[in-house]
Amino acid sequence: MLKSYCRVAFLAAAAAVLLPFGGIAATTSAHMVPAPAEPSVEQRLADVEAYINNKARPVDEKVTSKIAGPGPGHNAWMMTSAALVLFMTLPGLALFYGGLVRKKNVLSVLAQCLGIAGMVTIFWWAGGYSLSFAKGNPFIGGLGWAFLNGVDATPNPDYSPWVSHNIFFIYQMMFAIITPALIIGSVAERMKYSAVMLFVAFWMFLVYFPVAHMLWSSDGFMSGLLNPQAKIPAIDFAGGIVVHLTSGWSALVLCLILGARKGHGREPMPPHNMVLCMCGTGMLWVGWYGFNAGSAIAADGIAANAFVNTTLSAAVGCFGWGFIEYFTKGKPSVLGLCSGAVGGLATITPACGFVTPNAAILIGLIGAAVPYYACNKLKAKFGYDDALDTFGIHAMGGTLGSILVGFFATGKINPNLISDVTRANGLAAQLGNGLWLVQLKAIFICLFISIVGTVIITYLVKMIVGLRLSHEQENQGLDIAEHGEEGYIL
Amino acid sequence: MKKIEAIIKPFKLEEVKAALTDAGIDGMTVSEVKGFGRQKGHTEIYRGSEYTVDFLPKIKLEIVLADSMAESVAAAIVKAAKTGKIGDGKIFISHIDEAIRIRTEETDEKAV
Repeated sequence: MLKSYCRVAFLAAAAAVLLPFGGIAATTSAHMVPAPAEPSVEQRLADVEAYINNKARPVDEKVTSKIAGPGPGHNAWMMTSAALVLFMTLPGLALFYGGLVRKKNVLSVLAQCLGIAGMVTIFWWAGGYSLSFAKGNPFIGGLGWAFLNGVDATPNPDYSPWVSHNIFFIYQMMFAIITPALIIGSVAERMKYSAVMLFVAFWMFLVYFPVAHMLWSSDGFMSGLLNPQAKIPAIDFAGGIVVHLTSGWSALVLCLILGARKGHGREPMPPHNMVLCMCGTGMLWVGWYGFNAGSAIAADGIAANAFVNTTLSAAVGCFGWGFIEYFTKGKPSVLGLCSGAVGGLATITPACGFVTPNAAILIGLIGAAVPYYACNKLKAKFGYDDALDTFGIHAMGGTLGSILVGFFATGKINPNLISDVTRANGLAAQLGNGLWLVQLKAIFICLFISIVGTVIITYLVKMIVGLRLSHEQENQGLDIAEHGEEGYIL
Repeated sequence: MKKIEAIIKPFKLEEVKAALTDAGIDGMTVSEVKGFGRQKGHTEIYRGSEYTVDFLPKIKLEIVLADSMAESVAAAIVKAAKTGKIGDGKIFISHIDEAIRIRTEETDEKAV
């Protein structure tokens, strides 16, 4: 035993001694091409420092870096975050929404979430990612990255010096999946499956890809952090505008055109399983860490702060909604506690990487109070059938948070707010000043795109496949009518 | 023969069963039922929507027994199921014409 150990050690030592000679032999044999010089110790150290600080690598054409490819820590966090964001849709949102519909429609919600996850992934690979993030014009990206052309494990410095480009692609894809999946809440229990899918297909191209490009790409005209030429230097950390505002307002418009569920307001339509709903809420909350803290596109201090803010806002929202119910109705409900958590999470989303934890507490409180009002009073007053309150919670939360971040964003929390890019486009000068007005402009533009886009798409879909099932099918339930299955055979 | 049907509060089932066993009853049929009397239902609120739930869950016991036992058994159920609050339930006693035990084909009081 000892003998064999000694032999291995000897061989290893011999190999270590001989290795440099092998190296020299290799360089002499390839002497036709001038070999790049070895980086100095300082240069190698600078590479490592750039990785630790999540900064761009120092570039020196004459030397080859000894660090190839992505940075393992940042990449690991982004892969984890991507999985967490998918977990928000499958099964988080599916259960959150699924529990709230009647028993006969539970599968239709799951089928819509799954169908969207599949379809949007294909779009994202084919061209959606490129239209959203590749260089193009200020309004839409080009097709340079369609079919993952040039998108591989090497980082793309436009978005991250250390995260693999294909991981950035996958991470952003999860956002493209959950956004249209949020919309289905407002039209649950009555819209045809084919109509839902066709609507989402058009909506991705007409609303999501352009808005994502405008706010999040390196050449979008509202991309305050990345584009030095941004005309409206707005900020949206994790999707208050891109995800929650677009989906929430589109959901309202869609449900208004679609009309209420048959028997709405006359027949009782209580949730069929609050336990599923609560499980889904827990998954959303957990997944939201990937959504918000992952949006730092690094495992850095900005991500850490976003993680803390996400927790605080969700907790205050959850407790706050329950508290309001306790005082106004006498009983804090599970659905209220769930709704408050989601409201707090949606509201902190655009702000989580830019504001202090104390601001997050305030944002969480507003994120409970205003959606509470929207779901309880506004909906009853106007009588629209936003079945699962996509508008009340997501549109309200996302829009509010996108305005509030204008008041609370600070360079002390996020140093990227004060950079050459933000000095060039004017964002740095607007901090603590008129940023909320810049945010309002971005909000109105995206509202306009969402509303007009949804009106056009909805009538188009109505012409092509029709929007609703027959009354008989709606009575029978979408599960049997549309999917030929039942949720519960007990 | 008589049949006793008793509608009781679900949480009283174990006490009533014990009382019936003590009174010499060794068989009964129990079902979960819903209904309302003077107690009425309750209100459920989901976000902004309020629903009145009229039908409350109750337990229905059915016992078929000899005429002579009916009075004492009914009294035992009343004693065990009473809380004194609205919603304690009701007992109905009716006449049974015939009973057959399937296994042995015994009839009437021998069959119950």
